[in-house]
Amino acid sequence: MKLESKVPSGALEQKWTKHLGDIKLVNPANKRKYEIIVVGGGLAGSSAAASLAELGYKVKCVIYHDSARRAHSVAAQGGINAAKNYQNDGDSVHRLFYDTIKGGDYRAREANVYRLAQVSVKIIDQCVAQGVPFAREYGGLLANRSFGGAQVSRTFYARGQTGQQLLLGAYSALMKTVGAGAVQMLPHEEMMDVVLVNGHAKGVICRNLNTGKVTRHNADAVVLATGGYGNVFNLSTYGRLSNTTAIWRAYKRGACFANPCFTQIHPTCIPVSGDYQSKLTLMSESLRNDGRIWVPKKKEDSRKSPGDIAEEDRDYYLERMYPSYGNLAPRDISSRAAKKVCDEGRGVGDSGLGVYLDFSDAIRRLGENAVRERYGNLFDIYKEITNEDAYRSPMRIFPAVHYTMGGLWVDYNLMSSIPGLFVLGEANFSDHGANRLGASALMQGLADGYFVIPFTIGDYLAQLKPGSRPASDAPEFAEAEQQVLGRIQKLLSIRGKQPVSHFHKRLGKILWDHCGMARNARGLEKALQEIPALREEFWSNVNVPGDSADLNQSLENAHRVADFLELGELMCRDALDRDESCGCHFREEHIDAEGECDRNDEHYAYVAAWEYAGEGKKPVLNKEPLVYEAVKMVKRNYK
Amino acid sequence: MKVTLKVWRQRNASSPGEFRTYQTPDLNPNMSFLEMLDVVNDSLTARGEEPIAFAHDCREGICGTCSLVINGKPHGPHRLVASCQTYMRSFHDGETIVVEPFRAKPFPIVKDLVTDRRAFDRIMAAGGFISVRTGAAPDANSLPVSKEAADRAMDAAACIGCGACVAACKNASAMLFVSAKVSQYSLLPQGQPERYRRVLGMVAKMDEEGFGNCTVTGACEAVCPKGISLDFIARLNREYSTALLRESIGRTAGSDGGA
Ligand SMILES: Cc1cc2nc3c(=O)[nH]c(=O)nc-3n(C[C@H](O)[C@H](O)[C@H](O)COP(=O)(O)OP(=O)(O)OC[C@H]3O[C@@H](n4cnc5c(N)ncnc54)[C@H](O)[C@@H]3O)c2cc1C
Ligand code: FES
Repeated sequence: MKLESKVPSGALEQKWTKHLGDIKLVNPANKRKYEIIVVGGGLAGSSAAASLAELGYKVKCVIYHDSARRAHSVAAQGGINAAKNYQNDGDSVHRLFYDTIKGGDYRAREANVYRLAQVSVKIIDQCVAQGVPFAREYGGLLANRSFGGAQVSRTFYARGQTGQQLLLGAYSALMKTVGAGAVQMLPHEEMMDVVLVNGHAKGVICRNLNTGKVTRHNADAVVLATGGYGNVFNLSTYGRLSNTTAIWRAYKRGACFANPCFTQIHPTCIPVSGDYQSKLTLMSESLRNDGRIWVPKKKEDSRKSPGDIAEEDRDYYLERMYPSYGNLAPRDISSRAAKKVCDEGRGVGDSGLGVYLDFSDAIRRLGENAVRERYGNLFDIYKEITNEDAYRSPMRIFPAVHYTMGGLWVDYNLMSSIPGLFVLGEANFSDHGANRLGASALMQGLADGYFVIPFTIGDYLAQLKPGSRPASDAPEFAEAEQQVLGRIQKLLSIRGKQPVSHFHKRLGKILWDHCGMARNARGLEKALQEIPALREEFWSNVNVPGDSADLNQSLENAHRVADFLELGELMCRDALDRDESCGCHFREEHIDAEGECDRNDEHYAYVAAWEYAGEGKKPVLNKEPLVYEAVKMVKRNYK
Repeated sequence: MKVTLKVWRQRNASSPGEFRTYQTPDLNPNMSFLEMLDVVNDSLTARGEEPIAFAHDCREGICGTCSLVINGKPHGPHRLVASCQTYMRSFHDGETIVVEPFRAKPFPIVKDLVTDRRAFDRIMAAGGFISVRTGAAPDANSLPVSKEAADRAMDAAACIGCGACVAACKNASAMLFVSAKVSQYSLLPQGQPERYRRVLGMVAKMDEEGFGNCTVTGACEAVCPKGISLDFIARLNREYSTALLRESIGRTAGSDGGA
């Protein structure tokens, strides 16, 4: 397949403006004749559905939640970046662009990232106008803080609930359009397949989670804003329901899957406590503004209580290894450093898989109240889960799966390799390369939904005759519906011995061991043996009780895990194929003298876009070369 | 530890429900309540029985999906936490725990412990927003907002829309939920133009959906996982009476200025 990124010509700074001037427009009177299905109601989906409806398009918004306000975006804590330079500390569009490209270890598409930095400033304006209660200074202006990988203060926040507040802003915009009859919500509907007619995306097949009813929905274009797939690891900071089904089915219909192995492991999460565990809880990166990370210098001290370890016996390893960024080193680097000190036997807590995040200096410097004001709710969460008081003794943290930079391949218009199928937010691959900087996912989701798709979708729709969308009784719809029904029947008829969770846990363990913070060819090859075997076992021994006539959570789960069992294999294949280290992708065969990633630009400066080739066949690797016009590819240095 | 569960089982909205009793397998006190249900469900599956349906997603108290009444209390024994943030160490070995769904007429039962709370969305669609077209907003710092107002608006905006307030109220009133949204916007300058139209629209919808009256017993505040304060209900009442008064004398739906 030939991948055309459709990046406009001209100087980097001018590309987006020029593109807006060049792309085709849909005549306002015709807009209501086009119907768009938006799957997803998180930041990306809600903002897109609301903005498209405002323009006059007929929009249906499909979510598996009861309400768009419950999308996983709600859980984001720390903040959202924007190049406002309100702090007058030297920030600019160029600096945000540069930090993001560098943070992603030169594996993101330059023009998309520049556009992201450009539109970031408008996002904050939009959200404030919607009544998002961002933190403010006494003078009434907006407050900022710093996140990893940046030396300026450009992160806007609403206590520790920034994602919730941004989502409620986008959700209320969506509810306004619902009230006005411009958007039809389809809640509790899980999209099970994309329907292609003459190679173009023209609808979806959904299953109602409460009634089990399978239905067809036709449209002129389909937008997927279905979030990330980190739950493939079973344990992660995602909501339990987040899954890959929407993008995986699209992949199997011909949308290329880009860089599937790029997953972000977040350095500051509450460590695992037992095998019953269902999810891991993030402690926001913002804590690293004031918390200091350390482990004992000596192995023997790792079982001691932290208060009994003298200052000179503590190793503030991030400050030592990365003096200029210190505790704010990017996530991939901080996570690996934690793994390294734990591998050396200096990890703390019962499992030895933990490091301290210590606020005693900050409490001395600022007072307990100031610390409470900044991070109170995070300290509360920590207390609830661990039963420990982080005002008195340091938090124990460990890295956990948190975000997926990989996703469906999209061009500059956010269109996948299936014409008419657009992909927004975490579900696409476009902006974060091999590592995402903190507070940039919220920015990207809202940039895509508010400020990119409303314009770029017109470029596609303008080529279609109004009213030309195929009806939902077209044979392609019937075929897709039959496949969905067939799969439901199959899952219900196995009646094996093991619950779905059994397979999910085992898959997660394989991926964590071999496709997690460190990877090597031997491990990946092993995983590529184990995953297909596990998949076979699933399809012969899973037990899905009940039927499909009403709410059946085991069945929902079985569908999702079945897709994870396929995706996991593709991730390992991608990780094996990328024989270099870059960002989150740390191949142990490629480590430089200082223990950092040894990137190989000569051979791997490309986006790996995998194309489905059919059941049991090896997928085809397509490469989109990464060409940088405005920045030079250099070695990432945070020392 | 082990506990006995008395769980509400109901196949769907139209069939009758009943309590059923289950013995849990051995549990770790550090498990969350939902993880305990996961473990019970896996054992039910192994026995060929249908697992207990319950709503959940984030499992960290922010999405508002989980909605259990545990021993008669919406969200369980502790203040300021959601069901998903309740841990087994809060119960004792051998205890019998009663688990029910949020019960309220406007929240019909879907299955077992899962209810349909979409009435909240319909209330939101009737006015829970500030109308601002995408791309039409002025620079974010062009309108300073005092830190006090922003903080107070944030206190209200923290609502997670779980519906525990409704489940706790003998009248199934949704006043705490509606008051949080109305207060958030009325505290901010951006919310002024639609201030009175909003409160009239949301309250009318709330009544239409069958939520009851508020008799200020405070049961809602006591179970709210986010500590949304009853003061906001007082504010809502003020906003609502001013809006009615203005409507009766034919004034416009927004505020003339000043919050
Ligand atoms: C704990 C946590 C904290 C975070 N903190 C930050 C932060 O501080 N700053 C930051 O920038 N980023 C943060 N992130 C990342 C960020 O929150 C996410 O990347 C982002 O919110 C994803 O938004 P989205 O709209 O793409 O997807 P989501 O919010 O995941 O929404 C997905 C939507 O798609 C729907 N959906 C999915 N599949 C289907 C289907 N098959 N059928 C029907 N509907 C479907 C769901 O119902 C949902 O509405 C954090 C992430 C986590 C896990
Ligand atoms: S599951 Fe999200 S609040 Fe409990």
